[in-house]
Amino acid sequence: MELTLWTYEGPPHIGAMRIATAMRDTHLVLHAPQGDTYADLLFTMIERRDARPPVTYTTFQARDLGSDTAELFKNAARQAVERHRPALLLVGASCTAELLQDDPGGLAKTLGLNVPVLPLELPAYQKKEDWGAAETLYRLVRGLHRPVAPEDRAPKTCNILGPCALGFRHRDDVAEVRAILAQLGIAVNVVAPEGASPADIARIGEASFNVVLYPEIADTAADWLERTHKQPRTRTVPIGVGATRDFIAEVAALAGVDPAPALALESQCRMPWYSRSIDSTYLTGKRVFIFGDATHAVAAARVARDEFGFEVVGLGTYSRTHARAVRAAAKEYGLEALVTDDYLEVEEAIRAAQPEMVLGTQMERHVAKRLGMACAVISAPAHVQDYPARRSPQMGFEGANVLWDSWVHPLTMGLEEHLLAMFREDSEFHDAAGPSHLGKATVAAPANDEPKTEPDGAPCWDADAEAELKKIPFFVRGKARRNTEAFAAERGAASITLDTLYEAKAHYGR
Amino acid sequence: MNAPTTCAAEGNSTEIVRDPGQRAVFCGLTGIVWLHRKIEDAFFLVVGSRTCAHLIQSAAGVMIFAEPRFATAILGERDLAGMADANEELDRVVARLLERRPEIRTLFLVGSCPSEVIKLDLAKAAQRLSRDHVGRTRVLSYSGSGIETTFTQGEDACLASIVHELPVAEVGAEPELLVVGALADVVEDQFARLFEQLGIPVQFLPSRRVVLDTPVGPNTKVLLAQPFLTDTLAALEKRGARHIAAPFPLGAEGTEGWLRAPAQAFGVDPARLEDTIALPRARARRALERYRPALGGRRIAFFPDSQLEPALARFLSRELGMRVGEIGTPYCNRRIMGPELELLGESTVHEGCDVERQLDRVRASRPDLTVCGLGLANPLEAEGLATKWSIELVFSPIQGFEQAGDLAELFARPLGRRERLAV
Repeated sequence: MELTLWTYEGPPHIGAMRIATAMRDTHLVLHAPQGDTYADLLFTMIERRDARPPVTYTTFQARDLGSDTAELFKNAARQAVERHRPALLLVGASCTAELLQDDPGGLAKTLGLNVPVLPLELPAYQKKEDWGAAETLYRLVRGLHRPVAPEDRAPKTCNILGPCALGFRHRDDVAEVRAILAQLGIAVNVVAPEGASPADIARIGEASFNVVLYPEIADTAADWLERTHKQPRTRTVPIGVGATRDFIAEVAALAGVDPAPALALESQCRMPWYSRSIDSTYLTGKRVFIFGDATHAVAAARVARDEFGFEVVGLGTYSRTHARAVRAAAKEYGLEALVTDDYLEVEEAIRAAQPEMVLGTQMERHVAKRLGMACAVISAPAHVQDYPARRSPQMGFEGANVLWDSWVHPLTMGLEEHLLAMFREDSEFHDAAGPSHLGKATVAAPANDEPKTEPDGAPCWDADAEAELKKIPFFVRGKARRNTEAFAAERGAASITLDTLYEAKAHYGR
Repeated sequence: MNAPTTCAAEGNSTEIVRDPGQRAVFCGLTGIVWLHRKIEDAFFLVVGSRTCAHLIQSAAGVMIFAEPRFATAILGERDLAGMADANEELDRVVARLLERRPEIRTLFLVGSCPSEVIKLDLAKAAQRLSRDHVGRTRVLSYSGSGIETTFTQGEDACLASIVHELPVAEVGAEPELLVVGALADVVEDQFARLFEQLGIPVQFLPSRRVVLDTPVGPNTKVLLAQPFLTDTLAALEKRGARHIAAPFPLGAEGTEGWLRAPAQAFGVDPARLEDTIALPRARARRALERYRPALGGRRIAFFPDSQLEPALARFLSRELGMRVGEIGTPYCNRRIMGPELELLGESTVHEGCDVERQLDRVRASRPDLTVCGLGLANPLEAEGLATKWSIELVFSPIQGFEQAGDLAELFARPLGRRERLAV
């Protein structure tokens, strides 16, 4: 048993729903108790879809337990086919139905439905949402795939794999990547699962390679296509300017075309100039903590260091299935990757790292708010505001522009920061005023700034030193306090004086 | 699937149709989201799957970060392998939880579908844990599973578990009124003032602190503030308490009827009752007048959600002149709902739901306003039907004279918005 308050991922059947909801002409029948329909509102509310997800639930109740639940399932499957007339029926079970003896796949096959049935195994007590999505897409591809010999495949065509329902910015990422491919003269054969019908899935073999946008969703299917059908796949996820350039090179090589026309799109990207403009100098070495799904976390770290000039002080993911990529990336930044799905551990790590900015999920947004830190959302899970009306990709050159705006915005702007330092004691810029974007609620937020009783053996702050500490801008004060205390402790100092403070400052730099 | 069955409710002209089929409703776990705000010293520990945790997270929205007093003990494969192990695991999780949150006085172990299907005996676990943590934390248990409970029935199950623990009233104790059902604090305070003016000694269940010391016995007269309290009422009656039948305190008329019933039961002078309610009732009527033009004559239909539907339909038709079409409700207790059904008159209440068929009926009749859950609301809006999402009716203060206008406004707002928008 695992004590949980927040969960980064839902159970695997939610992943299956994300695939079914993304597709056309496909219906999912879930053997599930009354109440599991709550998941519908993730799609109708958070993603604001205008139709119900194509999912029928058996909604069995206690009085149905016993032999009746199998009958309920058969009725639900029969009625779903009659009413929705899908081209393909997916069947599976949610966590409770997994405990019953009914076998949805077997039951559906005995019904003699005039529609192909694809059974899904969704082990709810071992796996989670992203795995459920990846597995469902893999089963679909494997089950419907019509093999085409490599020499018979259309040259300069690819599939785009991964975008699905409830994906973080999937809608706009696809448009961005399509524009890049169009520029290279590469035709898109199938986008899956978003917008694909079962017939489209069957045509996946006709393309000469696969573009994998979201490894968490599409790796399993793409790896199988590569292994079994020699259909190569991309490895670079085009988030950030550098990654987009690499992606263009990779795609151009796979299609055997000249990358130059797509690389020329960079002339429309403002991000590199914005990052070089002098107002951005203050971003140099900003300490940033990054957490999210593996793909977005790794991509964000590269952008943060190489394109924003930040210092990455923490990198982690909740995706255990893709943790290897994050561990490898973390090593490159001289860090130990944090792989956990316990948000309290993440909060602890953030507290310890004392970053100036957090890039994370909805949950890190709440943690950062509580700690009085700037934050931007880079990954699911996200709330409704991160499924925006405006075009806001993360991928490609426009995606880089979006990253620039959305990460810089929460930070105190350069001029504002300068003013804060200059008019430190001014009535409008005093400590308790807090950064304007965080609102009044956070006035008391940087709790670790307040003088507190030191634990045994830890050095005490002299009144002078404490007062001097308060003159340091609040957004770096936590770090200054920590550094000074560490410095004093290392030297066995009993108390922290003005000198200790400035000795430590000299020792550590800013 | 069975065909719908029909029966006339006793003693009135409302027809009740039972609809079996696919239901689009919340499970009882959702009750935790408002119960934990109401009962300040309690913690709710769901024993369930990742789905349960995900549901509460989705329902609680941003609230999940305001130091909430609920969590899920997620069952893993190891727990499913053998019973004894699961019990030990539960003890470990509870010990860790109480260590971290020593201020918890009452801990509810909340059963879920998975815990019930594997027959994990939470009642026994609660007894065991109560012994282990005696003097500090009382541990109770109830089921909020989807297979047993629908949405607000989770509150019913929770309150019933409290009733079993309440002390016995002394023989010959003075008659006392027990108002049952979680109300917003502001509403509870208004009602407490009204009962004080009427001279009726009153207790509320749940109270803000789940001090388990409200004595219950034959002297207890029970007034339900919410319609979904079947099991709680039965548990109270088993303890000798007596039920006061009344309509529910929605709108001016409902609130008046709801106060009149206990006033009669406690022999309050009718003039005193009139003195007490005349002013707030006039205020409520005035507040409602504002919304009559917007709502009068408009047709409304309800998907089943909370069991509040018949009472809301009564309020909207009688006090605001709305025309009521289909009234869906997850469950209709004929006895508790009797006074409401009488006021409602000729209508059809659908108990249970076959969501696809009800959607067909709604699409055919195209009501001016459809009350439904969040899974259906946007899809219906996209089909050009105005909707009012129902869960808000459970989270907002809507009972009593002072909230009558607010309640009407909840229904007027989506209609007003459609008229306002030019895009």
